[in-house]
Amino acid sequence: MPAFAGTELTCLRGDRLVFTELDFRIEPGEALMLLGPNGSGKSSLLRMLAGLLKPFRGRLAWDDLEVRDEPDQHRRRIHYVGHLDAVKPVLSALENLAFWARLGGADDPRAHALDALTRFGVPHIAPVPGRYLSAGQKRRLNLARILAAPAPLWLLDEPTVALDRAAVRLLEGIIAEHRAAGGMVVLSTHADIALPGHRVLQLDEFSPVAHDDEDDEGHLVDDGEHAA
Amino acid sequence: MNRFLALVGRDLHLALRQGSDATIAVMFFVLCVVLFPFGVGPEPNILARIAAGVIWVAALLASLLSLERLFQNDYEDGSLELLSLTALPLEAVVLAKTLAHWLVTGVPLLVAAPLLAVLLNMEAGGFGVLVLTLAIGTPILSLIGSIGAALTLGARRGGVLISLLILPLYIPVLIFGAGAIDAAITGLTPRPHLLLLAGILAGCLPLAPWAGAAALRQALE
Repeated sequence: MPAFAGTELTCLRGDRLVFTELDFRIEPGEALMLLGPNGSGKSSLLRMLAGLLKPFRGRLAWDDLEVRDEPDQHRRRIHYVGHLDAVKPVLSALENLAFWARLGGADDPRAHALDALTRFGVPHIAPVPGRYLSAGQKRRLNLARILAAPAPLWLLDEPTVALDRAAVRLLEGIIAEHRAAGGMVVLSTHADIALPGHRVLQLDEFSPVAHDDEDDEGHLVDDGEHAA
Repeated sequence: MNRFLALVGRDLHLALRQGSDATIAVMFFVLCVVLFPFGVGPEPNILARIAAGVIWVAALLASLLSLERLFQNDYEDGSLELLSLTALPLEAVVLAKTLAHWLVTGVPLLVAAPLLAVLLNMEAGGFGVLVLTLAIGTPILSLIGSIGAALTLGARRGGVLISLLILPLYIPVLIFGAGAIDAAITGLTPRPHLLLLAGILAGCLPLAPWAGAAALRQALE
């Protein structure tokens, strides 16, 4: 059974330790929700899972095969939706989406793209140039990429931002369907989104505790004094 | 291959819709060359003497003009991140974007160059070689430029930085490009110059996308 797992992951941004010793495992049909306050490393973890960020320490494995050893295969199995919408202002919504569908390997990109827009409840924006779309419409267009070409693992970074209630309901339905078909979803969120039977990863549990750092530094200073 | 062409097609599409990059590069090229007769005086012999060098220097600057935007837009709106996550290798992404850049800014220069050669009173014997050197040389400019564009991604005042990084690397192309035209005009064979230019192109074709992709990975971290 294919499973995606990370063991003892450590994330270092600049010289700041974001999280350490993080373990997770996700199997087909499961959803993993990343929770935690701002700056606890939700986006960093999602970027790490997508392969955009290299773990400072630890390993990521798909079916017990290290992701690091086969980055090309890994790129084919994921869809990553980040904070930026990647919508070109001069291309129509359909052209924007069909391009990503074609890069994702869909056989009939325009049909797939139109179908994906319909599923997200916005078929009418297909001919509208990107610069006339509202924030919510851009968000739906960006999310529609996950349907325009198939991939087993969806990595969604705060997908509900800028979405209205109706769109969140649609997204919940689409995620449920993906999971029923054996797909996996990892998402971070601050808003309410109903994912029946989801698992939760509380990221602040893995953040390096502040007073430990101070203790360590204290020891160093003590040692220095002894040495002197 | 299908994905590669999809990316080239999208970039051409974007360039045509926005329209500015292609016309700005060629307009800049023409204006830059037209300035010289005003500066050095309308003496036909002097203009004929400097024609090859002037056209080549103007071509270098024109190609540099739009390089800053090569990856910038895709980087800012998140497209570059997504492109790096598709099945298309990042080296192919760089090559596709470079090819689109050359088609949009390099090819119009080839068309405009003979007209400017007439303006500068270049000897008729140099016309064919001028277009030939530009046809081999402008892809090199785009390829070397793509490395600079990738390296300066996310830097403040990237446009100035890119000129400082890239212009010195353009010198060999300038020497052999202008040299081939001078050789043809004075009755010598331009063949060695052209072969050296073609050699530089053959070297840049695999190396520039590789270096550019390495720089992009750094920028995307």
